[in-house]
Amino acid sequence: MAGVASSSRQRSRIAPYLMILPGLAYLAIFFVVPFISLFRTSLSTMGGSVYLPKLTFAWDFGNYGQAFTLYHEQIVRSLVYALAATVISLLLSYPLAYVIAFKSGRYKNLLLGLVVLPFFVTFLVRTLAWKTIFADDGFFVRLLDTLGLVDGRLLSTPWAVIGGLVYNSMTFMILPLYVSLEKIDPRLIEASKDLYSSAFRAFRKVILPLSLPGVIAGSMLVFIPAVGDFINADYLGSTQTTMIGNVIQKQFLVVKDYPAAAALSFVLMAMILVGVLSYARALGTEDLV
Amino acid sequence: MTAPAAVAESLEKAGAARRGLRGSWGFRGNGRFGDLALRIVAGLVMLYIFLPIFVIVLFSFNKPAGKFNYTWQGFTLENWLNPFKYPALTKALQMSLTVAAVSTAIALVLGTLLAIALVRQRFRGSKTVETFLVLPLTAPEVVMGASLLTLFLDLGWATGFATIIIAHVAFQISFIAMTVRARVRGFDWTLEDASLDLGAGPARTFFKVTLPLIVPGIVAAGMLSFALSLDDFIITYFVSGSTVTYPLFVNAAVKAAVPPQIDVLATAILLVSLILLAVGTLYRRKRDI
Repeated sequence: MAGVASSSRQRSRIAPYLMILPGLAYLAIFFVVPFISLFRTSLSTMGGSVYLPKLTFAWDFGNYGQAFTLYHEQIVRSLVYALAATVISLLLSYPLAYVIAFKSGRYKNLLLGLVVLPFFVTFLVRTLAWKTIFADDGFFVRLLDTLGLVDGRLLSTPWAVIGGLVYNSMTFMILPLYVSLEKIDPRLIEASKDLYSSAFRAFRKVILPLSLPGVIAGSMLVFIPAVGDFINADYLGSTQTTMIGNVIQKQFLVVKDYPAAAALSFVLMAMILVGVLSYARALGTEDLV
Repeated sequence: MTAPAAVAESLEKAGAARRGLRGSWGFRGNGRFGDLALRIVAGLVMLYIFLPIFVIVLFSFNKPAGKFNYTWQGFTLENWLNPFKYPALTKALQMSLTVAAVSTAIALVLGTLLAIALVRQRFRGSKTVETFLVLPLTAPEVVMGASLLTLFLDLGWATGFATIIIAHVAFQISFIAMTVRARVRGFDWTLEDASLDLGAGPARTFFKVTLPLIVPGIVAAGMLSFALSLDDFIITYFVSGSTVTYPLFVNAAVKAAVPPQIDVLATAILLVSLILLAVGTLYRRKRDI
C-alpha cells in the first residue's frame, strides 16, 4: 500500500511537466524561436537579388538607425494616434461602463451582451462599414460639414483613422472598466455621501481611484493593438496617415526588405514597452500620493 | 488577438462578480439632472457601437450600382437569396471555417493540458509558465505575423494552409490555457480522490469525474478561440501564401470589388454567433438552477 502511494505521488510529481510539455514546446518553437529569428534578421544585411534575397547575419545595427531616420514620422504618428485613441476610448467607455455597472438593473446582462456584439462581425467588415458611414457624400459627413466640424470630408483624415482605432477596441476598454466598477462596494459610496461628500467628490475620491485597475487594463488593451495597427490607416486613411504597422507590413510583404522590417518590428515593441511602463509608473505614483 | 483574450478574461471576471453581487444600486443624492445626462451619454455611446452593425445588416440588402457596395441604392432580397454567388468568396469562407476547426482542435488539446496542470498542481516553475503564457497575448499581431514569416523563410517552408494552422495554434494556445484555467479554478478536485478511493481506476476517474467537470470550460474556450481564428486577419496575412481566408478575401475585395455578399455572410456569422451565445446562456442558466 505504501509502495503504491509513493509511486503515485512520484507520478504526480512528473505528471504536470508531462502535461505542460507539448504546449510549451509548441510555443517555444512557434513563438520564441520566431522572435529570435526576427531579431537575427533585424541585425542582418541583405544581399542577393530581389528574387532570391540572401540574408547574412552581421550584427548590423544600422537597420535600426535607418528605421528611425526613414520612418520617424510614422513612428511618432503611431504613438500620437494610439494615445489619442486610448484617451477618447476611455472618455467614451467610462460613462457607459458606469451606467451598466450601477444603473442598468435587470438589463445588465443584456447590455453587456450588446457591448460584445460587434466582436462577432469580422473586424475588416466593421472597418469597411465605417468607410460607408464616413463617405464624402454621406449623411454623417454632410451633418458635420453643416455644423462646421469638418472641412468637406472625413475619410482620409487622421480623425477617421483614430475613429476606427477607437471603435475597433472599445469593447476591450468597456469590459475591464465594468469589471472594476462592478467590484466596488456600494457602501463605500454611501459612506462618502453620509460624510457630506458631493456626488462629484465621491466620484473623484472613491469611485475613480477604485476603478483604476480597470482604467489601466483597458488602456493597455486599447493602446497595444492600436499602435501596431495598419488596417484602419489603410482603409480609412490616406498616404498622410500611414502608421508603423503599415510600414512593417509593406516592407515585409511588398518591398521584401526583411532586415528593415524586422528592425521596425522591434522598434514597435520597444515603443509599446516604454508606453506601458511609463503609463503604469505614472498611475502607480499618483496612486501612492 | 490580445484584445479578445482580454474580453474572455473580463467576461469571466464579470460573470464571477455578477454571481457574487446580485442587483444594482442607485446611489442617492446623485442629482436627477446628472443622472439623466449620464444615461444619455451612455445611450449615445451604445448607438456608436451599433452604428456599423446597422450599416452592415442594411447594406446586405443593398442593390449596389457599381462594383463597390458603399452607397445605398435600393432594397433587394437578391443578395440573401444568392449568398454563395461568388465561388471565390464561398471558398474563402470554407477555408476560414476549416482553418478555425483544425487549429482550434489542436490548440484545445495543448492549451487544456496546460490549464489543468496549472490549476491542479503547484509545481516548481508554475508561476514562470503562467507569466510566459501571457506573452503571446501581449505581442502585437503585426510583429507576431512578421516573426513567424521570418521563421518560415529561414526554414525554407512554403507558406500556405499548414503555416496558417501553425500560426493560429500559436496564438490560440495561451488564450485557451488562460480561459480554461479561469473556468476550472475553484473546482473541488477532492472529488477525484474520492473516486480513486472508491476503487475507480485513473482512466475511469478521468472520464467520469474530471472530464465532466472541465468540459463546459473547454467548450467555452473552444468557441471563443474558433471565433478568434475566424476573425484573424493580420497574422494570417503574413503567413498565408496564396491561400485565401474570409478576412483575406475581404481585404483583397477592398481593392477590386466589394459585393454585398460580404455583408450577407458577415450578418449570417453574427446571427449564428448570437444563437450560439443564447443557447449557451440558456444552458448555463438551466444548470445554475
